[in-house]
This record gives sequence, C-alpha cells and structure tokens, in this order.
Amino acid sequence: MIDVDIEQAAGDFLLRAKFATEAPVVGLFGRSGAGKTSLVNAIAGVTTPRRGHIRVDDVTLFDSAKRVDVPPRARRVGYVFQDALLFPHMSVEANLHYGLRLRPAASRYIEPRRVIDVLGLEALVDRKPGTLSGGERQRVAIGRALLAQPRLLLLDEPLASLDVPRRTEILDYVERLRDEFHVPIVYVSHSVPEITRLADTVVILSHGECLAVGDVDDVMGRLDLKPHTGRYEAGSVIETVVAGHDTAFALTTLRFPGGELTVPQVDAKIGERVRARVRARDISLATERPAGVSILNVLDARIVAFADETGPVVDLELAVGEARLIARVTRRSRVRLALRENQDVYALIKAVSFDQRSTGYA
Amino acid sequence: MTALTAEEIGILLLSLRVAFVSVVFSLPVAILVAYVLARTDFAGKTLVDALVHLPLVLPPVVVGFALLVLFGKRGPLGSWLNEWFGIVFAFRWTGAALASAIMGFPLMVRAIRLSIDAIDRRLETAARTLGASSVWVFASITLPLALPGIVTGALLSFARALGEFGATITFVSNIPGETETLPLAIYTFTQVPGGDSQALRLSILAVVLSVVALVASEWLTRRAHGQHDRR
Repeated sequence: MIDVDIEQAAGDFLLRAKFATEAPVVGLFGRSGAGKTSLVNAIAGVTTPRRGHIRVDDVTLFDSAKRVDVPPRARRVGYVFQDALLFPHMSVEANLHYGLRLRPAASRYIEPRRVIDVLGLEALVDRKPGTLSGGERQRVAIGRALLAQPRLLLLDEPLASLDVPRRTEILDYVERLRDEFHVPIVYVSHSVPEITRLADTVVILSHGECLAVGDVDDVMGRLDLKPHTGRYEAGSVIETVVAGHDTAFALTTLRFPGGELTVPQVDAKIGERVRARVRARDISLATERPAGVSILNVLDARIVAFADETGPVVDLELAVGEARLIARVTRRSRVRLALRENQDVYALIKAVSFDQRSTGYA
Repeated sequence: MTALTAEEIGILLLSLRVAFVSVVFSLPVAILVAYVLARTDFAGKTLVDALVHLPLVLPPVVVGFALLVLFGKRGPLGSWLNEWFGIVFAFRWTGAALASAIMGFPLMVRAIRLSIDAIDRRLETAARTLGASSVWVFASITLPLALPGIVTGALLSFARALGEFGATITFVSNIPGETETLPLAIYTFTQVPGGDSQALRLSILAVVLSVVALVASEWLTRRAHGQHDRR
C-alpha cells in the first residue's frame, strides 16, 4: 500500500503528486524533467515536501499536518539509484551487507542467501565495484537495497545507463524479485516497454503534475495521454494467458477476452499470465477478412474513437472483446476505407512485431 | 663521513618526536575542520577559512610570538592549561610540537578538504537510505573515501614539522635536548666558529629525512588511491 499526496517546491519547479495504490509494482512514468526523481527522493526522505503525506503500509513516513518526518535511515525505503552508487572502497559482499547489519535481527525478513541466489550474485561477492560491468553493478545495488529489509523498493531508472541486452537481463531480475520477495516496488522510467512489462498501476507525471493514475492497460491505452506516453511509443497492453506453444515453429498462443494472439515463443508455462504490448504502428486495418496474407493475427475489432485527425497519421481506438487497442494508420487510408466510429473491422498484427521486451510475465 | 654521534641521534630523535606528536594531535582537528569547511555553510565561514590559512601567509616569527603570548606561562591559555591539567608548552618540546602543528595545519586541512570535496555526496545519501546514522555515514563512507587526502595531509604536515624553525625558536627558544630540533641545531652550528662541518652533517641528515618522507608520501598516497580501483 502506497499513499502519496505531496507538494514540494525546488527552485521554481513545483511537484504536486497524489496517488494511492495497492499494486505490487507502481510505474512512475514521465519524460526527463517531469519530476520523477524529485518524487522518489521525497518518498525516500532525501528531500522534504512542504506539505502533504507519504504512507507505506499504514506507516506514516511523512505528514506535514502531524509534523511527522521520519529520517531516511529509519524509513526502510530501499532506493536503487540510476547509477547504482555502490561504495567503491568496499567489496561487493560488504556493499550487500551494509544495510543488513544496521537492521535489528527482529525486523529482518529477507535472507542474504536468497538475494544472492535470485540476483545471481554468487560469483561477484569478492569483487570490488570498480571491476563490475554496468548490469552487475545494478544487480548488486538492488541486492544491497533489498538486504536493508525495505518495506518499499524504489528503482529510479535502473536501466538508463545500460545497453539493450543488459536491460532485458535486469528486467528479468526485477520480475523475479517482485515474485520472490513481495516487496512493493516503485519503478521509475521514461520507457513505455519497461513500464508496461513490469507495472500494474502507472502514474504519469508531466511538469511536476500527476496527469493520470490507474491500471497500466487503461492508462497507456488512453489516446488523450498520447502526447505524454510518446509518439513512437503509442500502443496498448493486453493481459493474456498462455494457451499453448507451437514448438515446431517456436510460437506461443496467448488468449485474452476478445481473441488469441500468436507471438514468437514466450518463456512461460501454459496457464501463466503474460502481458503483451502492441505498438499502434504495428496494427493494420481491413474492412474485409483478408486472404492470402502472411499476418498471423487477424482480430475482430470495432472502432471506438478517433484522435488527432490533422497530420498524416490517425490514431484510432479499437475494442477487441474487452481489450482496447490503439491502431495507427495514415489519414489517407482512413478516408479511402471510409472508416467511422462503431464500424466493425479486422485488426491485423504481425507476430514478428512482438519482441522479447514486449511480452513478459504479468 | 662517520656514523652519527650520540648528540646527533638525540637531535634526530627529538625532531622525529616533535613532528610525530604534532601530526597525531592535529590530525583529528584538521579532519573535523576540513569536514565542516567542505560540508557546511555558516555565518563566518570565510573568517574561519582565513584563520586556518593564516599560518601559511604570516611570518613564522609572528605565529611564534602569538603562541608565546597565548600559551606562555602567564598567557591566558598557558596559565589555564597549567593550572587545570598541568600542561606546559613554554620552553618545552611539547611547545615545539604545538608550533609545528599550527604551522602545518593549513597544509593538512587543504589536502583533506580537497579529498572530501571529491566524494560523490550521493554515496552518503545511499548510506543513509540503507539505515546509517550521520556518525556511521562519516565513519564508514566519508572517512575511508577521504583517506588519500588524509594521508597526504598528514605527511605534508610531518615534513613541514621537520623543517619548522621560525615559530619554534620564537615560542620555545633553542634549548639543547629539549627544543633544539634539527633546523635549530643547524642554525646553532652555523653561529659557532668552526661549526660548519657539524652543520653540513646535520644538513645532509635533513636532506635524507626529507627525501624519505616524500617517497613515503608518494607510496602511501598511491596505496590509498589504489584501494578503490585495484583489479
């Protein structure tokens, strides 16, 4: 349970954030300069808001009205910084144990052994931070924060300084620790794939204001938020269940209320929940069921709304059963096909447009 | 050149003792002052900064005279210390150590402060979020990371103490066996007819001592730095 309602001024930047959620993973999304790090700093207690409150699991960390301001060392908020910030003069092991030793045994619930196993740190414990790669450093930083026995974990763009293969790797680790340790996570990012893959609830920040708070599928699919969720990133998220694997062709079928999706093999068991992200530009529309096409996914859809009808492209919202999809077509196609609201169409999605980063455990 | 005489060994040991004691007692104070100057902002900070640096720019004789006025047997601090703690600086080797500590203090503070300034303060923030108190953050993060500067500062001050002359001779005079350190002894021999060869022997000793101190300083600094990025 995270309950934040704060107002904080730094120079002429005003941050006003208000959200409350029970979600295990909260995504904090926004462009750079939107106030994401300011918000995270306030939750960690590094900076002090001028009014409001911050509560985690019914523990008040800050409340201006009640004059509560728990110092950072007593907040038990694990803060993983963008650039890891490992202590350079200590071994990896000493880094991992730094916070652990400062917590009374009674409040410990995360064991070093499990953290080392889950994050794959065994081979690193004797090394010095200066000799680690970026991804290794980030893993140690996450382990260090976990071992300080946090009631909340803050991950501030943990992938920002990593190359693409490392990012996928760290994302896998974050998913594992979410499932293993049951620590609520606030995940800060300006990347839509990361947020949609990990978060259940998303908070969209822009210029210090909370624009939207809600389920990741709803919020990321909303057309009115598209200027903030990004032009190239526009898309939607579908909650699915693995229905079957086609081992011969290395494909996986995902079922959702509204149809089935065929995607490149997903590393999940049948019946497990998987989240699939579909980019708006990967969806084509047809008014008749097409024949003789290579596209594997042909979904029955209905047009719900149009947006942004001035430029060369038009985004439209589709209802596919209960799911909502955003499709992007040229304005010429919209006119030529005479698309209108409430019209039944076929949504075509190439299976290859799903990649490893767009499918992941829900 | 023959081996050192008993008298020369006495002078050498006294010099080393004065320098060592001056560094040991001034180092904690210098770390504290450097930390306060690097990390806090308060009214009168510029004044404190200037005061710390004063021995660097003042004629050493003036520092010695100020010490004599303050810490002399009848001086305000000197009489108080004598009365309450039985500590006497005037015309004792401890006074020579005090003079050396004051003269070396700015060098020490500067080196340590540079080192503290170079520390990424977010490392300290990270330590706090992990549950460390301010004192523990200082002891476990700030202090070890400032170690190269602390080593450099201590050695600079030590070397400065071995060469201290003006403030020492003004404050505690030149008493053989008590306050006559290496530079003072050399000065004495140059004032005596026929003392040139003695002065030369001691001068060579001073050169050897300085070179050893410099080499040790280089070695220790490299070691302290290397601790962070040793592969």
